[in-house]
Amino acid sequence: MKTPNPQRALRALYTGCGYLPFRVRKFEDYDLYAENKRFLQSHRVLTFTDTDGRLKALKPDVTLSIVKSSGGGELRKLFYQENVYREPRPGEGFCEIAQMGLECIGALTGFDVGEVLMLAGRSLDALAEDWVLTVSHIGVVAGVLEAAGFDEEQRRAAFAAVSRKNAPALAALPDAQAAALLQSLIRLYGPLDETVAQAQELPLPPASRAALAELAALGDQLALYGLKRVALDLAVVNDVDYYDDLVFRGFVAGVSSPVLSGGRYDRLLERMGKPGGAIGFAVYLDRLELAPRPAAAFDGDVLLLFESESDLPLAIRTAERLRQAGESVRAARTAPADLRYRRVLRVRNGEVREDA
Amino acid sequence: MLNVALPKGRLGEKVYERMARAGYPCPEVLEESRRLTFENPETGVRYFWVKPSDVAIYVERGAADVGIAGKDILLEYSPQVYELLDLGMGKCRMCVAGRADFRDDTSRTLRVATKFPNIARAHYAACGREISIIKLNGSIEIAPLLGLSDVIVDIVETGKTLLENGLAPLTTIVPISARFIANTASYQFHSDEIRTMCERLENAL
Repeated sequence: MKTPNPQRALRALYTGCGYLPFRVRKFEDYDLYAENKRFLQSHRVLTFTDTDGRLKALKPDVTLSIVKSSGGGELRKLFYQENVYREPRPGEGFCEIAQMGLECIGALTGFDVGEVLMLAGRSLDALAEDWVLTVSHIGVVAGVLEAAGFDEEQRRAAFAAVSRKNAPALAALPDAQAAALLQSLIRLYGPLDETVAQAQELPLPPASRAALAELAALGDQLALYGLKRVALDLAVVNDVDYYDDLVFRGFVAGVSSPVLSGGRYDRLLERMGKPGGAIGFAVYLDRLELAPRPAAAFDGDVLLLFESESDLPLAIRTAERLRQAGESVRAARTAPADLRYRRVLRVRNGEVREDA
Repeated sequence: MLNVALPKGRLGEKVYERMARAGYPCPEVLEESRRLTFENPETGVRYFWVKPSDVAIYVERGAADVGIAGKDILLEYSPQVYELLDLGMGKCRMCVAGRADFRDDTSRTLRVATKFPNIARAHYAACGREISIIKLNGSIEIAPLLGLSDVIVDIVETGKTLLENGLAPLTTIVPISARFIANTASYQFHSDEIRTMCERLENAL
């Protein structure tokens, strides 16, 4: 990890763009999740019955709570730092997961969308030296499927295959022209501007072209922020019932799954009967801890051993002096078993000596 | 350097030969030894053998950047990986099989013995058939013979083993073959190497 305190770095980044901190309740009505199951990463929710008999849940997600509590209309820019409760992988059981993220809800403009994407990129930059932000627009693939006249089931199958870059499954789709186009699209991968230009050379329907034009405009905006390492990858697909526009994922070297995920989810607002658009992302801080790193060689800087009560004043003075110099000091009568320190100092008969 | 997980066994050896033809040779891979990993720094690959059903786990968790896994494993465990290429090797079918004279009594719950409970459950859920799953770890064919189950859901290659035991394939659920898979994060950081490997494998028949 680049910084010992990623939360602080991200907070500074978000407040620097005028995002305000937002605190959500720990418990939420279960109905909110039951009605929007497909929006959740995992469908399992930790529930309990409240004292008034209502079914409540420990929140598995923050976005739904924020959208529920926001009026729609006027643009709101919020960020959060919350624990959520869900099953990270099937069979692992419920876990408490530290999550940070931001949401931009209301009368969105192209500028706000570009700013969120920039913040996603800079979030990754704050967390790791080596990172990639992959971006896609659901409209590119959706345009091809619509032009081919696919029904709902075929659409789902096609998106599932696209999300896995599964060329053989796409080849089996009923429309040969659409199948060939989709196979070409999932092979594209690379820097946003160049790769969008490559996609524009394919014989795509107008709806797909419009989506690509949006991506190209975003690429221009990101260039103004000087943000590099943004790649186009059309295999980035979130649940298409909620995300039908821009979607993106962030990866850092050494972590095997995305540490950031987001997109534009206007459809959720629509379903909740609220006007306007919405875009946001979440940073999965727990996944950063999965990156392999060497165990610390020492448990502290200095072990300060003193033998008798008469050495106590000198021991305390020595410990305080070292702490002021920025070292961690454990002072003790006997050395703790199993712990290792960079230096061992002994106070004896009014003298301080360092062990060789 | 790309870490490549190969499935132990006959299919894995054939897959390695195809990797070698594609330009990623590392002859020690096929030698009998106690070594666990085999590297060829010139072509930038490190191979290791794992149990076929574990390949997808190694790739999903990023310990391997790419690997070769059967479609049966991908369907059963649904790992979050990119499924880049059908190698067209290790071809077989996922089938429902039973005694040659089997007739389905739809008034009863069907007892299904299998190593692939998720595939079996999805297949029967799509037909709307009530079933009871009996999860076994091997010798599936014996289950209907001893009355442990009515049918089995298993991989059928030639059908010879079934025939020798008085069983027959009843329905094909899905065709199976070996797939070249990649970790989604590795794909972001080694996209050129992975795409080149995929293309070369496709052409090295």
